[in-house]
Amino acid sequence: MDLLTSILTITIRAGTSLTLATIGEILTERSGILNLGVEGIMLLGALSAFATVFYSHSILLALLVAMAVGALMALLHAFLTTTMRANQVVSGLSITLFGTGFASFLGQRLGPATNNFRLVGLRAERITPLAPAGLKDIPILGALVQQDLLTYLTYLLIPLAWFFLYKTRPGLWLRSVGEDPQTADAMGIDVVRTRYRYTVLGGILIALGGAHLSLSYTPGWSENITGGRGWIVIALVIFSMWNPARAIWGALLFGGINAVQFRLQASGTNIPANFLNMMPYIGTILVLVVMTWWEALSKRVGAPAALGTSYMREDK
Amino acid sequence: MRIVFEKRKTTSVAAMVLVPVVSFLVSLVLTAILLLVFGADPLKTFAAMAAGAFGNIHGFSETLVKSIPLMLTGLGVGIAFRLKFWNIGAEGQLTLGGVAAAGIALFMEPFLPGRSLLWAAVLGGMLAGALWAGISALLKTSLKVDETLVTLMMNYIAILYSEYLYYGPWRDPKGYGFPGSRMFSEAAWLPRLFGRAHAGLWVALILAVVLWIVFKRTRWGFELQIIGASQKAARYQGIAVERNIVLAIMLSGAICGLAGAFEVTGISHRLQQGLSIGYGYTAIIVAWMSQLNPLAVPFVALALGGLAVGGDQIQFVMGLPAAMGVVMQGLILFPMLAGSLFTEYRVKVLRREPAAACTA
Repeated sequence: MDLLTSILTITIRAGTSLTLATIGEILTERSGILNLGVEGIMLLGALSAFATVFYSHSILLALLVAMAVGALMALLHAFLTTTMRANQVVSGLSITLFGTGFASFLGQRLGPATNNFRLVGLRAERITPLAPAGLKDIPILGALVQQDLLTYLTYLLIPLAWFFLYKTRPGLWLRSVGEDPQTADAMGIDVVRTRYRYTVLGGILIALGGAHLSLSYTPGWSENITGGRGWIVIALVIFSMWNPARAIWGALLFGGINAVQFRLQASGTNIPANFLNMMPYIGTILVLVVMTWWEALSKRVGAPAALGTSYMREDK
Repeated sequence: MRIVFEKRKTTSVAAMVLVPVVSFLVSLVLTAILLLVFGADPLKTFAAMAAGAFGNIHGFSETLVKSIPLMLTGLGVGIAFRLKFWNIGAEGQLTLGGVAAAGIALFMEPFLPGRSLLWAAVLGGMLAGALWAGISALLKTSLKVDETLVTLMMNYIAILYSEYLYYGPWRDPKGYGFPGSRMFSEAAWLPRLFGRAHAGLWVALILAVVLWIVFKRTRWGFELQIIGASQKAARYQGIAVERNIVLAIMLSGAICGLAGAFEVTGISHRLQQGLSIGYGYTAIIVAWMSQLNPLAVPFVALALGGLAVGGDQIQFVMGLPAAMGVVMQGLILFPMLAGSLFTEYRVKVLRREPAAACTA
């Protein structure tokens, strides 16, 4: 396989978890709820998926369990921020803190006795790439055909989410709840139910992103399997200006950074590994600065107007 | 019958005290359920945790070792949170503070006689933390770049940089491959009280009182309060919003950097792995649980430090993962977040139909 094709292959594969979680977070934020729990939910998704596949040998069951775990954690966030009107930033940070600790705890507890109850270092079934033998050696195109099924579904989700958000009635309702909950309420849209629904749906997609890491991208469990991807996702949402169609560019950009870093490390460069590992984080800051600057310059505001605020009828 | 929330005119003092206490009890119940699921005896576990953290002089000194950085970072993060500036970069500011202090302690010895080496190391750590935090504040005030992400990304960068130093150029050539710098000369060691507990405790306690006075009794504290409540209102009053935010965030970073400087000069006496072990993230809980009151910070930090040491203890005694301590910290936060509603709202149960209630 030539260099470009192999970089492209890794880019697309690395982009899967980012894209899934980014679309999930876009839907959540479009309802006016900021969920900073992405990192924690991705970790729990990755852990629950791997633990399930290890014992049941079923990829499908693993994905379903991860989705259920993501839904539960997002439900907690929705309950705290919507029903109990807790501060969205602190609630999200708490979800991440708890998710990180709980995933670490379970990773040392759910394993088999033979591995000292740990899940680290174990192997199980993975989502295998559908690589038709004749096609994968074709340059460039080869990168497109040797991905796994979840990756294809993820990239299919991008136009679907865009169509839903901009071309359907429920998509319009969702956007109006995030822009102006008072007016949405007056129009007869149930603000609270909408926020619950899309926060939970977002949590499901975020956890699926985590599951893709432990089932395909880096199969297995390790405590730092997400490596801050959950936070990069928050930046990607800003990068895509809350539009699913743009999410693909951010995901590919960061997938690309991962792939280049991977290749440089494999080629034995003189740059210390630590500086290569800084690339995604420095990249995130640069992307944020450029996007914020560009938004201010073009006088475009991508963020839902009511993002981060709680809504209460009685407050009016 | 219908339940409605009515906004209180003033925040309820009873709720401010009751909510943390009840939250702690709820988290104990939730943890007990979790322990039962994993086949451990909750009472035995809690007893082991308490005994490990507070039961003897060694355990208590270790609890203080973990509480001191939590007090400092909790105070630092609290300053930023007052301004609704979500600084979650305390971890990176602490790390870089430790790096700068270590750099001075390692390489400035020929120029700084006696105790001035320690003073320079500590001040250097504060300066490094202040500058690292200042970048995010400048980006926020000049370009409105989201500070949550910038501070967080800068954590990763600072931690990777510190790893690069102690695995690379600063690594002790006589360290048998151990990832860490050589040990500082004793001139740069912070005095210890007992066990590994060090004089940073007094600094943290004094700082808590000083910050309380600054927030409650000085003009600057008052200005920060207005900025936190409404930047628009602050501008109308002629307060220099941007400059004050940058200054306050640099102070926040300096205190977190101080925590890092104390870690290397008071505990490890070298730059090594284990400097960034999550104090900066727990600091967010400390700040939130103390409801941004600096005087409450030492108590909350002590409780959370005790949880961490207790968590380590159950690993030895009961064979449970030490991550249990972090899980418990998270489980305290959820009931506290839910309970914050009751400090600002009164819950009323209407017995009649809402329509009837309106006409009555």
